[in-house]
Amino acid sequence: MSFDTIVSILDSTIRLGTPLLLACLAGLFSERSGIFDIGLEGKMLVAAFFSAAVAYVTGNAWLGLLAGIASSMVFAFIHGLASITFRGNQLISGVAINMLASGITVLIGQHWFHLGGITPALSGGARFQDVALPFAQALKGVPYLGLVYDQLISGHSVLVYVGFLCVPATWWVLFKTRFGLRLRAVGENPAAVDTAGVSVVALRYSAIAIAGILCGIAGTYLSCSLAAGFGREMTAGRGYIALAALIFAKWRPWYALGATMLFGLLDAVSNRYQTIDIGMLHIPNQFMSAVPFILTVVILAGFVGKAIPPRAGGEPYVKER
Amino acid sequence: MDRLPTWADAILVPVLSIVIAFAISAIVILGIGENPINAMGIMISGGLGSTYGWGYTLYYATNFMFTGLAVAVAFHATLFNIGGDGQAQLGGLGVAMAALYIPWPNWWLALFGASAAAALFGAAWAAIPAWLQAKRGSHIVITTIMFNFIGSALLNYLLVNVFRPVGSMDPATANFPKATTLPNLSSILGLVGIPFSNQTPANVTFLIALLACLLVWLLIWHTRFGFALRAFGKSEPAARYAGISPVKITMYAMLISGALAGLMSINNVMGESGRLVLNSSEGAGFIGIAVALMGRSHPLGILLASILFGFLYQGGAELAMWTTIPPQLILVIQALVILFTGALDNMVRMPVEAVFHRLGKRRG
Repeated sequence: MSFDTIVSILDSTIRLGTPLLLACLAGLFSERSGIFDIGLEGKMLVAAFFSAAVAYVTGNAWLGLLAGIASSMVFAFIHGLASITFRGNQLISGVAINMLASGITVLIGQHWFHLGGITPALSGGARFQDVALPFAQALKGVPYLGLVYDQLISGHSVLVYVGFLCVPATWWVLFKTRFGLRLRAVGENPAAVDTAGVSVVALRYSAIAIAGILCGIAGTYLSCSLAAGFGREMTAGRGYIALAALIFAKWRPWYALGATMLFGLLDAVSNRYQTIDIGMLHIPNQFMSAVPFILTVVILAGFVGKAIPPRAGGEPYVKER
Repeated sequence: MDRLPTWADAILVPVLSIVIAFAISAIVILGIGENPINAMGIMISGGLGSTYGWGYTLYYATNFMFTGLAVAVAFHATLFNIGGDGQAQLGGLGVAMAALYIPWPNWWLALFGASAAAALFGAAWAAIPAWLQAKRGSHIVITTIMFNFIGSALLNYLLVNVFRPVGSMDPATANFPKATTLPNLSSILGLVGIPFSNQTPANVTFLIALLACLLVWLLIWHTRFGFALRAFGKSEPAARYAGISPVKITMYAMLISGALAGLMSINNVMGESGRLVLNSSEGAGFIGIAVALMGRSHPLGILLASILFGFLYQGGAELAMWTTIPPQLILVIQALVILFTGALDNMVRMPVEAVFHRLGKRRG
């Protein structure tokens, strides 16, 4: 395997890992506040659709991003209504949100564009263009480092850089601010937070709103940057892989970066090779796509490092009994 | 606050939820520029207006009865089996192997063998998440989601690399032998003199699904195990105190649930396509969630909810044929039903409770 190939695989790892990373951080905020979120997939899907639709109509990717975030937040709000205000089952709400998203995107897409549920192809300003970092051209000639800088670090869409910046930002918010302390506390022991005079409902709604924003960016990245337009079911299980990554990362932001990039790498490798031969061993492509899920089950089983979820996760908070 | 009378809890609240779900669906249809009353007419005539329509409605309903019962059995033990889809696909693998590798002399022996294989494979696919939940405390919702994906990757591999006949491009098994063809509903109804369209995939499995509803009802409300299951679902500490083993209940509930989901595949794999194709369950495992919620986890409710969803599927297909409304409308209706009967249950329940409370006060 040449150095060029490795750089190119790592380059697509970053491209494919970014939506996972953003969705994973979305889930992290939500679940750290005690709200299970299996609706990451659905929120990404609506965002992918509305961002592409608005970007196509306006010709402006940034307006698309706004639409994507707004639509994802509407879905996040439905989830909040069900799981916070009406203290319903958070998992059932998530299932409903995913189904609603896969139905409504096709329904509206067909009504608006008459293309069987997809949006027309995006081009020019309707798509996020790759950003060349300073000196990328100049340093291209430097052996090894030049290639790494030019291909791997430079030349991604602005949303990729946003995604990577979200990791330290999430860490800082969760572990270095008062809001973050309270957010983590509300996921562990909401009664204690309530006793301290802090609103459990407000904290959980803000966590869900942040999750909505991040899923909105993730979905927009899929349709307006990675691809050029929306396609039916284009999230293709990425929301669930992000959920797997979240457990794999034990609900921690830096681990989330590692887990999502690992899963991105698996995706990149299986895209590139139909089968992988290691000596006598033939690893089929299908196995590679199942690896994130198998790894997560192993982690959940607790044989290799136990993943302990936030203690109050999934339980609606009832103030008085 | 007083508790609701049983009839309000079992009928009024779910019916109100469904009315809200359908009202919003009607608004969605209006939003995409179609007439909801017109759409409803097409759905009713397409799904229920002929024995052809009924055939498809009952065929879909058969699938949903199995997956609905699967979700319901687990629900009674407060386990949320979201992996019905994977279990149904693995059940399909069991059916395919039984039908292809064993030379069956006639259809009813084949049906027995294939049902056993379907139940076994479905249960096996539920066994690992069940064991992990019971012994290691791994959240069953997450593990069953993961197993859905692992299952579909496994089937993708097997269908492409192992079962695909030489020279075929289709990722599917060979056609099952003639002897395994199940009698369709029209020939069964013909025995008692009822004319029924023979152009539909509805088959003898429908009767097995009805039997499954009855058996699940007996199991949950008329056996010692069913009592233990419900006791465990109501309160784990109390059940534990009464000497009920949580590990046993979790395992048995999930094995039965997986077996029921697996059994669905005798309808679609053996009864309809006559071979195993990629993604054979077509999301029926998830519809089981809607069906179980709507039917309040009771077999009679599940039977009715399955027929309603079967009608929606067939009606939705007709709608897509005659109007510009895509069949994904059904996904939206399904999602709204799950949302209102499941997650937003309290939103409907609270006002109803308030009304009953006020009425009770006035009387008392």
